[in-house]
Amino acid sequence: MQPLEPSKPMTRLVTRRRPGRDRPRREGDVADRRFRLLTAAFASTSVVLLGAMALQLARASKPAWRRFGLGFIGGQHWDPSRELYGALPFIVGTVASSLLALLLAIPVALGVAILLAELAPGRLARPLGQLVELLAAIPSVVYGLWGLFVLVPWLRVTVQPALVETLGALPLFRGTPRGFGVLAAGLVLAIMSLPSVAVVGRDVLRAVPASHREGALALGATRWEAVRLAVLPQARAGLVGAALLGLGRALGETMAVAMVIGNRPELSGSLLSPASTLASVVANEFAEATDSLHLAALSALGLVLFGVTLLLNLAARLLVWQVGRLPDGARRA
Amino acid sequence: MTSSSIIALGLLALVAGCQQPGEGDAARSRSPSLDTLTLRGAGATFPYPLYSKWAAEYQKLYPQRRLDYQSIGSGGGIRQIRERTVDFGASDVAMTDAELAGTPGPILHIPTTLGAVVISYHLDAAPRLKLTPELVAGIFLGEILSWSDPRIAELNRGSPLPDQPITVSYRADGSGTTAVFTEYLTKVSEPWRARVGAGKSVRFPVGLGGKGNEGVAGQIKTTPGAIGYVELAYAKQAGLAYASLRNQAGRFIAPSLESITAAAAGLTGALPADLRASLVDAPGDAAYPLSAFTYVLVYQAQDDAVKGRALADFLWWAVHDGQTFGAALHYAPLPHEVVVSVEARLHSLRAGGQPLLQD
Repeated sequence: MQPLEPSKPMTRLVTRRRPGRDRPRREGDVADRRFRLLTAAFASTSVVLLGAMALQLARASKPAWRRFGLGFIGGQHWDPSRELYGALPFIVGTVASSLLALLLAIPVALGVAILLAELAPGRLARPLGQLVELLAAIPSVVYGLWGLFVLVPWLRVTVQPALVETLGALPLFRGTPRGFGVLAAGLVLAIMSLPSVAVVGRDVLRAVPASHREGALALGATRWEAVRLAVLPQARAGLVGAALLGLGRALGETMAVAMVIGNRPELSGSLLSPASTLASVVANEFAEATDSLHLAALSALGLVLFGVTLLLNLAARLLVWQVGRLPDGARRA
Repeated sequence: MTSSSIIALGLLALVAGCQQPGEGDAARSRSPSLDTLTLRGAGATFPYPLYSKWAAEYQKLYPQRRLDYQSIGSGGGIRQIRERTVDFGASDVAMTDAELAGTPGPILHIPTTLGAVVISYHLDAAPRLKLTPELVAGIFLGEILSWSDPRIAELNRGSPLPDQPITVSYRADGSGTTAVFTEYLTKVSEPWRARVGAGKSVRFPVGLGGKGNEGVAGQIKTTPGAIGYVELAYAKQAGLAYASLRNQAGRFIAPSLESITAAAAGLTGALPADLRASLVDAPGDAAYPLSAFTYVLVYQAQDDAVKGRALADFLWWAVHDGQTFGAALHYAPLPHEVVVSVEARLHSLRAGGQPLLQD
């Protein structure tokens, strides 16, 4: 390779001289523009792909919309043998399991991120961070099997009876402890989305300029106060991004959820009862669906999942925006 | 190193790489791409272990022929043969009249082997349960809720049954197993027919859904008092207990290769010409009532005579010599009467109007 190298600057010199005038900037302009075009092309592929997918799903699901109309979204029954299709039980199952997962994962992930970015010495933070990253690389089927054979029996024998005994008065914790259900799915999803939220959160916190911390500490703040008052408010937007990444993982997860949620398309107010999610029912039924209305209904569920994801993302952004608009005093209190 | 030498090295590596994956000497002595004929099929997952065994054994006999089977599910098999993207489809469930109407040409159903659905349960004392059709329907409808129910106890005197709630487990993914099981319940139970019906995906009134045989088996294994249905081969591999079922003749029959074959043999007189026959609740003293055919789907009129002949030859081999490989994998062999009917169907395969099989 070495003999080639000296020729490189030479060719560049030649091209630069070709126009006859000495305009060294021009090449940079062209390269810049090309670079911008290239990145724009890459960026637009994701938009185009998303649009193409939505379009394809809309086309494939047309027979279902024609048959059920918008009532499909509010329909409570899913019965392929009777050609009855409604999405509501799956929407509720998806939102409930994902929100439960976020609720459980975010505090822990935030703790991990703060420890890794702010508190732990480098000797500890690096291997610990790598371990957390490793957690993100475990395939979902492994989480699913672990959920099936370890988490579910533990929930059935230990956790759920205790929940029923103490909080059974609330409709949220009513029912027979069977292990399988929304609670199991939420826990598995929480563990699955935790590493990505924690790792991104750590990087976001690290990106806050050191001067903010130093300033806070110089003013006499404790470690905790410095994090709370100087670092976290700066990193809020990034942390929300991290949480949304976790939400995305939870919303779209299929395999692990299908193994522990109990797969019942039924509306129930309890975390203990089995449910079903949009992604898991599509994965469960698509391969064997031959009836055209059944296929259309499954495609329609895909479209609904798009919509649910979009709405949840919007809602989260709106929430953050609202919190950001509060006066300083209110936020601190 | 110059760039040309890098390219040369790369080419060398490519050539060497191409040679390596061949099947050793056999691949090098003949040029495989010229005279190898590949039959491509896709469909049911249930017969996949048997079909891969067949692929290996058939290639030993005819090294120039290859069988490439993808287990993508019965529904996928039907979709692919309809679109003509494969040479044969495979399905655990016969195609419906509506599905057959949408195909570009007449499709033949060729039964290749027999399977059974067993009712498995998790009882710590693990007695050999006996169940009647009414009890099975009652349990899966959610009308019988406890193992101490007198209707179960009456049938199973001498077996200690716990005072435990019953947890029903069913296949949440669309499957031929569910189709066979619900077809049976629809046939033997009027309440089931009215409230649930039959199909690859149905709405079960009670219970938990598991994904795949392994999902249901996992639920049964981890939940004391659970009951569910899985394929016989899977239940045997997973070491699950399974029940004897009362058949049409009033006898309690445990699922076994013999009792499954007996179900097909008992049907002989009633076997329809297109072989789309249901074996559930079959007559015959020794018949296990939850048995089923699994099918290969082929077009009666083949486009390509050479390929069509290879396909016909392979299917002929499969329903004759191929049957001996089934038992080790828990597939019951086709009874002689069925093989005779299959022979007639294979003789009706054509390419350009000419029969593909010589007599």
